Amino acid sequence: MPRLLHPGAWWLWAAGLAVAASRTTNPILLLLIVAVAAYVVAARRSASPWGRSFSVFLKLGLIVIAVRVVFQAIVSAPIGTTVLFTLPAVTLPEVMAGVRLGGAVTLESLVAALYDGMRLATILICVGAANSLASPARLLKAVPAALYEFGLSVVVAVTFAPQLVADLDRIRRARRLRGRTVGGVRGTAAVALPVLEGALERSVTLAAAMDSRGYGRQAQRSTLVRRVTAGALLGALALTVIGAYGLLDASAPAALGLPMLGLGLLLGVAGFVLAGRRTVRTRYRPDPWSWPEWGVTLCAVVTASTLVGLSMWGDPGLIAPIDPLAWPAVPLLAAAAILVSVLPAVIAPPAPGRRTPEPGEEQT
Amino acid sequence: MSPIIEFTSVTITYPGADRPALAEVDLVIDEGEFVLVIGETGSGKTTLLRAVNGLVPHFTGGTLAGSVRVAGRDTSTHQPRDLADIVGIVPQDPLSSFVTDTVEEELAYGMECLGVPAPTMRRRVEETLDLLGLADVRDRALLSLSGGQRQRVAIGAVLTAHPRVLVLDEPTSALDPGAAEEVLAVLQRLVHDLGITVVLAEHRLERVLEYADRVIHVPGDARPLVIGTPASVMATSPVAPPVVRLGRLAGWSPLPLSVRDARRQAHGLRERLGSLRARATAAPHIPTAPVVAVARTRASYGPIPALRGVTLDIAQGEIVALMGRNGAGKSTLLSTLVGLRRPDAGTVRIDGVDPATLTGPRLIGRVGLVPQDSTDLLQRDSVVAECADADRDAGVEPGSTARLLERIAPEITAEAHPRDLSEGQRLVLALAVILVATPAVLLLDEPTRGLDYPTKERLTTLLRDLAADGHAIVVATHDVELAAETATRVVVLADGEIVADGPTAEVVVGSPLFAPQVAKVLVDHADADVPLTVAAVRDALAVST
Repeated sequence: MPRLLHPGAWWLWAAGLAVAASRTTNPILLLLIVAVAAYVVAARRSASPWGRSFSVFLKLGLIVIAVRVVFQAIVSAPIGTTVLFTLPAVTLPEVMAGVRLGGAVTLESLVAALYDGMRLATILICVGAANSLASPARLLKAVPAALYEFGLSVVVAVTFAPQLVADLDRIRRARRLRGRTVGGVRGTAAVALPVLEGALERSVTLAAAMDSRGYGRQAQRSTLVRRVTAGALLGALALTVIGAYGLLDASAPAALGLPMLGLGLLLGVAGFVLAGRRTVRTRYRPDPWSWPEWGVTLCAVVTASTLVGLSMWGDPGLIAPIDPLAWPAVPLLAAAAILVSVLPAVIAPPAPGRRTPEPGEEQT
Repeated sequence: MSPIIEFTSVTITYPGADRPALAEVDLVIDEGEFVLVIGETGSGKTTLLRAVNGLVPHFTGGTLAGSVRVAGRDTSTHQPRDLADIVGIVPQDPLSSFVTDTVEEELAYGMECLGVPAPTMRRRVEETLDLLGLADVRDRALLSLSGGQRQRVAIGAVLTAHPRVLVLDEPTSALDPGAAEEVLAVLQRLVHDLGITVVLAEHRLERVLEYADRVIHVPGDARPLVIGTPASVMATSPVAPPVVRLGRLAGWSPLPLSVRDARRQAHGLRERLGSLRARATAAPHIPTAPVVAVARTRASYGPIPALRGVTLDIAQGEIVALMGRNGAGKSTLLSTLVGLRRPDAGTVRIDGVDPATLTGPRLIGRVGLVPQDSTDLLQRDSVVAECADADRDAGVEPGSTARLLERIAPEITAEAHPRDLSEGQRLVLALAVILVATPAVLLLDEPTRGLDYPTKERLTTLLRDLAADGHAIVVATHDVELAAETATRVVVLADGEIVADGPTAEVVVGSPLFAPQVAKVLVDHADADVPLTVAAVRDALAVST
């Protein structure tokens, strides 16, 4: 039965891949992760406009790599000895001693930058994959009731962006109708005000419409419940901060670490449940969570935990050799763990039929 | 019948206003009534409607004295959201009120807010899809819907919450005649089958008057409301549809409210006019060289064609009404004429020049377009600044626009902010701004949206004068009465093709959708030569006496 997988499952899957990518600089493994993500996206992306966003993230990834390499060449100190070329060096004043601009550029430092850039790009591409498999708007529908109001404002803000572009277009057309210049800095500046005015007016209209349809209705709760909720949320925040401090500072007593963090999380969940009860809203056709969701999540857990385990154990295959430069080896266990995450292309049900664009629909 | 809406000596004053928008309103509306609210633009109709669920004053500011109670809940102690399960309010522009992005989610949104259990929501969404005929588009994006579909979704979105009162602000003003009838049929069904109370404001009375149980006339300037049966209010109301004005002219009693009523009484008038018609002579038409020449023009949005080979010549002094359903290609044709988009194929010539190659004063001196939302044209914060800009744009002597505006709309104050003007005044200001460049061709896109009868009449006179001065005018409109009053020629577009083109009377009289009310009342099956407007009937009768 074609249906959309629960958005949470897709975001967990993408997070698993991203965690895996963050643990390695081996270009072969990184490319493998990108390939896995791309294959699953091609097989299971949704028909919504968001579904077509993956290629945008691929391009963004390329830009990230390029920027990283260029910065390495210009700013950072070189690694290794294979000098490719020498840029004119800039002598900086005393106070900035230690910062280098220009100078010799080595092959090793460029390759190191390339690998590092690839790691960033791969993480970005994982986010892109989640984006085109399950739009953020769908994910927000699944957030706890207490966060729903916040989620909705994000959705409204997101839908306003295309509306602003349309407005800009309308005002520019109107300028032409009055025989004025459209392009240039002055032309753009002149349309900014009416566009913003229009957006503001529309938000007020939308707010009125939402209010008259019952947005923000609250169930009657006693003062006691309200105070308990607020107390639980504040306490959770404090405990989490203490717990995080305990975990990060090695000299802190062990009791401050995980136990406090766990307690904080528990209290936080309780607070959210209580806060959620205050809103009366229900959900129309919520996405179910059944065995395909569990399967997809399991794949992500396998991939992420294997890579994290290998890196903690110190598997040399995860770090590509830079100095001396050598062709990276393929660590078989890590590669196999990454390949597990391609299974969702089969486990997840196919997305419901892609429809052809309707007349008048925006073409992207 | 039990009362559901009660206004008790309600006075509403907006901040900074020197007199109340509504004063001492006492009003009781019973459950299951269909109430029509009429009045000129800016008279306080919308204020009255929005007071029903507390949007006034909770959202607009201002003060409300007296009390408004809906199903026993007072709006002073209940926010609009606390009334959401009782009052469903459909604003003027449905698109601006949509919260989600697909039809099904939009229908469910209100119920989600009210905490309706999931199985009930599922059932009501299905029922509403069927009731409003939206099942085919259930998972379409809202942006991709036609105007009529959007309006039905907006109605459906409030209906799913099972409100007892439905409040609609000009639900048909942006719709073509066919879509408007669709929406009104749905409302009729809700009142009759489900016993919902409907309160509806509308300018185009010809469309809704016959459905109403009661009419509330809001005269404006805080004068007392006139409330009564449609016939009693229409007997004196300054805003009246053509069929009522025809009835008054012919002295019929009871006053007809629908074409059907009027036809029963029109027998005598038809005969009198029939005997006169032999003597009447058609106005001589002087053919001149075409100033607009469109040949085999095609245009498309991506893969979807918007114009499929349109050929059209328009001469000086002609007023052409461009009609057809929403999405038929009217607006596309207008933007092609003004050079905003280049056609994919074919040629467009204004005065012998391709408008897409022109910019600045050379463009606006040849062709001017007043777009659907005339506010787009106005970007300054006062009328006087706007006029000065227009003088500079057109390269004319300073003060020209202000003088022009003074002539066509003397009541507009120079310091006013364009956004504070009424819909009609804004349109006139936009017209002045365009006209000061003396374009040979004037294009108007849906100018009568939200205009009351007096403003429409002023627009009609203005357009006729301009045509007499030699301007060629093209008006894209859904308003059949405007077409009958002004146009010398009607062009009907369907799916990007011209399906009818000819003198107004020839095109509109035979059509059940495009015929104006007077023609529907007076048409004999024998011939097409009938008067189209009340003024034409008056003139014909004046000749005979």
